[in-house]
Amino acid sequence: MSDTATAPGRLAVRKTYKLYIGGAFPRSESGRSYVVTDHKGGFLANAALASRKDARDAVVAARRAFAGWSAATAYNRGQVLYRVAELLEGRRAQFIAEVRAAEGLGARQGEAVVDAAIDRWVWYAGWADKIAQVRGASNPVAGPFFNFSLPEPTGVVAVIAPEASSLLGFVSVVAPAVVTGNTVVALASERCPLPAVSLTEVLATSDVPGGVINVLTGRTAEVAPWLASHMDVNAIDLTGAPDSLADDLAVAAAENLKRVVRPAAEARAAEARAAEDWTQPPGLKRMLAYLETKTVWHPTGT
Amino acid sequence: MPKFEYAPAPESRAIVSLRESYGLFINGEFTPSADGRAFKTISPATEEVLAEVAEASPADVDRAVAAARRAYERTWSVLPARERGKYLFRIARIIQERSRELAVLESLDNGKPIRESRDVDIPLVAAHFFYHAGWADKLEYAGYGPAPKPLGVAGQVIPWNFPLLMLAWKIAPALACGNTVVLKPAETTPLTALTFAEICQQADLPPGVVNILTGAGDTGKALVTHPGIDKVAFTGSTEVGKEIARDCAPTRKKVTLELGGKAANIVFEDAPVDQAVEGIVNGIFFNQGHVCCAGSRLLVQESVYDQVLASLQRRLATLRLGDPLDKNTDVGAINSAAQLAKIRELSEVGEAEGAQRWSPPCELPVKGFWFPPTVFTGVSQAHRIAREEIFGPVLSVLTFRTPAEAVEKANNTPYGLSAGVWTDKGSRILWMAARLRAGVVWANTFNKFDPSSPFGGYKESGYGREGGRHGLEAYLDV
Repeated sequence: MSDTATAPGRLAVRKTYKLYIGGAFPRSESGRSYVVTDHKGGFLANAALASRKDARDAVVAARRAFAGWSAATAYNRGQVLYRVAELLEGRRAQFIAEVRAAEGLGARQGEAVVDAAIDRWVWYAGWADKIAQVRGASNPVAGPFFNFSLPEPTGVVAVIAPEASSLLGFVSVVAPAVVTGNTVVALASERCPLPAVSLTEVLATSDVPGGVINVLTGRTAEVAPWLASHMDVNAIDLTGAPDSLADDLAVAAAENLKRVVRPAAEARAAEARAAEDWTQPPGLKRMLAYLETKTVWHPTGT
Repeated sequence: MPKFEYAPAPESRAIVSLRESYGLFINGEFTPSADGRAFKTISPATEEVLAEVAEASPADVDRAVAAARRAYERTWSVLPARERGKYLFRIARIIQERSRELAVLESLDNGKPIRESRDVDIPLVAAHFFYHAGWADKLEYAGYGPAPKPLGVAGQVIPWNFPLLMLAWKIAPALACGNTVVLKPAETTPLTALTFAEICQQADLPPGVVNILTGAGDTGKALVTHPGIDKVAFTGSTEVGKEIARDCAPTRKKVTLELGGKAANIVFEDAPVDQAVEGIVNGIFFNQGHVCCAGSRLLVQESVYDQVLASLQRRLATLRLGDPLDKNTDVGAINSAAQLAKIRELSEVGEAEGAQRWSPPCELPVKGFWFPPTVFTGVSQAHRIAREEIFGPVLSVLTFRTPAEAVEKANNTPYGLSAGVWTDKGSRILWMAARLRAGVVWANTFNKFDPSSPFGGYKESGYGREGGRHGLEAYLDV
C-alpha cells in the first residue's frame, strides 16, 4: 500500500510485516505467513502467521518485562506513553493511509480515527500518575494502624484486539493495560493487522521497554486458546474473540483464575460489536480490570 | 514459662435455645425442603448432634431465587436507599443485642474458642452491618459514577471457618447496594445463619430480601449455576472456586471469589521477637488455622532462627487446647472429621518428605475432632506442606538471608491472599509491602480485619474485594 506514496515511475520499497516480541521483530518461528487484503480484497501484504510457540515466547517476554515496568515510577510510565503519542503524531499520514486501506474508510473518517487513537494514548498517558489517587484509599480501621489500599498491576495481560477497529480499537484495549504497569501480549485484528504492526515500529522507537507490549498477528482461533490457557498469563481481554470462541476461552481462563474482560452483554451480538464505537470516552473500566487492590496495615505508635 | 492450671470456666449454653430441626428460610419464612431431606449438624468438640437442618434441593433453589427476584423487583430496588440503610442499621443493632447468644452458638457449631467468637467474630459481624448500612444512601459518592445500579439477585456460598462473619461479608454489602440474596452456609456450620434469618424477621426485613438455604456442595452448585441469579460470590477452596469460574464463564454473571492462601509470615532479625512470636501464633493458630489468610509459612531470617524457634516453642507450650466454650481456651476443635483427616494426611506427608515435626505436650480430648498445634522445621519450598493449603494448626518454617530472598520465597506460590512482615524498620515494611504479591499485607501484626479495609487475593487466591469502598464494586453494575 505504501506504493501510493511513491512518485510515478519509481518502484516502492515494501515493508515486511513481522511480529513484535521482547522488543525485537521476528518472523513467526513457524515460518508461516498469511495474505492480508484491503477492504476490497486487493493484496496488501503477507503478515506473519503466529504459532503457539510465538505466543509462548511473547508471554515469556512480557513476564520478563513486568518487574521493571511495574516498578517504574508512574511519572516515568506516563512520559513513556506520551512519547508514543508524539511519534504517532509524526506518522499520522502513514497511519491514516494504512487504516483507510484496511478498514475502507473515507479520508475524513480515516483522519478522525487516527486522531482519536493518538488522543487516546495521551488520555491514558495522563492516567499513569493519577489512577492510584482515584483508586486508592486510606481506610479508617478501628485500631492503631495506618491502613491504606493501593492499586497494583495484575501482571501479564493477553489482549484479543477488536477485529473491526484496527488502530483505534487496538490502542483502546492495549493502552489501559500498560499504563498501570501491566505488560501485554496483544493479538492484532486478524483481518486488518497492519496498522497494529506499524504501531510496533512506533513502540520500538519510543522508550517503551522491550517486552512491555508484544504484538502477534495471525488466526485468532489458533492463537487465542494458547493465551487463554497459559498459566503465566494473569488476565485476558476477549473483546476481539468471536462469540463462538469466547465462551471456550473464558472457560480455559478459569484454570488459573485469570481476570477476564468481555464485551458488555448488549454489545455481544457480532454486528453490535463490529459497530462498537471506540470514539466514545472509555471510562476507567478497562484500567480497573487489570488492577489488584493491595491493602497494607502499618502500625502506629511511639 | 510455667503453665498455670485453671479451673474450668465454661461459658453458659443456656443463652442458646436450639430447635430440634430447622427449615429453609425462603421469602421470610422457615419452610421444609421440597423433598423432605435433612441432615444433622454436630458440635465438633463433642460430636453431639445439635440440630437437624433441611437440605435444599434444586426445587428449593428455584423457590428461593424466585422469592429473591420478586423481592428485588417489587420491594428492595424501589425502596429509598435511606430506608435500605435503616434496615441494615436495625440488623446491626440486633446482632449486638444478641451477641453473646450468637458467640456461644458459633463456638458450639464451629468448635472455635468462645474467646474468639465473642471478641472477634461477632463484634466484626455487627461492625460490617454498621459500616455498610451507612453506604446504602451514599453510593453515588463511592467512585463508581453518579448513579451506580445494583446487579439483582446474588447467589452466595460461604465456608465454615467464620460462619456468621462470612455471612456478614456477603450479605451486608449486597443489601446495601440494593441487591437481594440467596445464601448457602456451609453444611457443618448452618446454625448462626439460621439464627440470622430470625434476626431478619425481628428486623421486619421485607420477605425474600434474604433467603438462607442450608445444604452441601450440590445445593451450592445448584445455586451458583442457577440461571436466575445475576451475581455469584463465593468464599472457599481454590479448587471449587475454579469450578465456579468455569461454570459461570459462558454466562453474564458477575463473579467474585475469595479462595485459598499460603501466606508467608516474614520475620527479620531486627523484629521484636516476643511480639513477632505472638504474631506468628496468632497468624497460624488463630481459629485452629482454619483461616484462608493464615500465616502458614513462617520465613525467619537465618541470624535469629534459633532464637525465634525457641521462643515459639516455649509459647506454644502454654497454649490451652480444649472445650471451645471454656473462656481460657486458646485452641478449639477442628471443624469436621473430613478436615481433620486432611490435616493429618498432609502432616504425614510433611514427615514423609523429610521435614521435622514438633508439637508441644498436649492432651487431646477423647471425643470430637482435635489436632495439636504443630510446627514443621527443615521445610523446603518443594515440600507439599510449604505449597498446599493445610487449613489447620500446622506451621511450616523456612529461612532466608536477604530481603530479596524473602520476597522471592514469599511470592513463590500460586496463591496471593496475604502476607506478614515483622521488622522494626518502617522503610523496610513499605519496601517489602510493595513487592509481596498479596492482597493484604500485615506489618508487625497479623489476621486483623475491619469492615473498612478491603480484603481479597491476587493470582489464584481469587478476584474481587470485600470490605471498604472497594468491596462495593462486587455488588454494583459497574
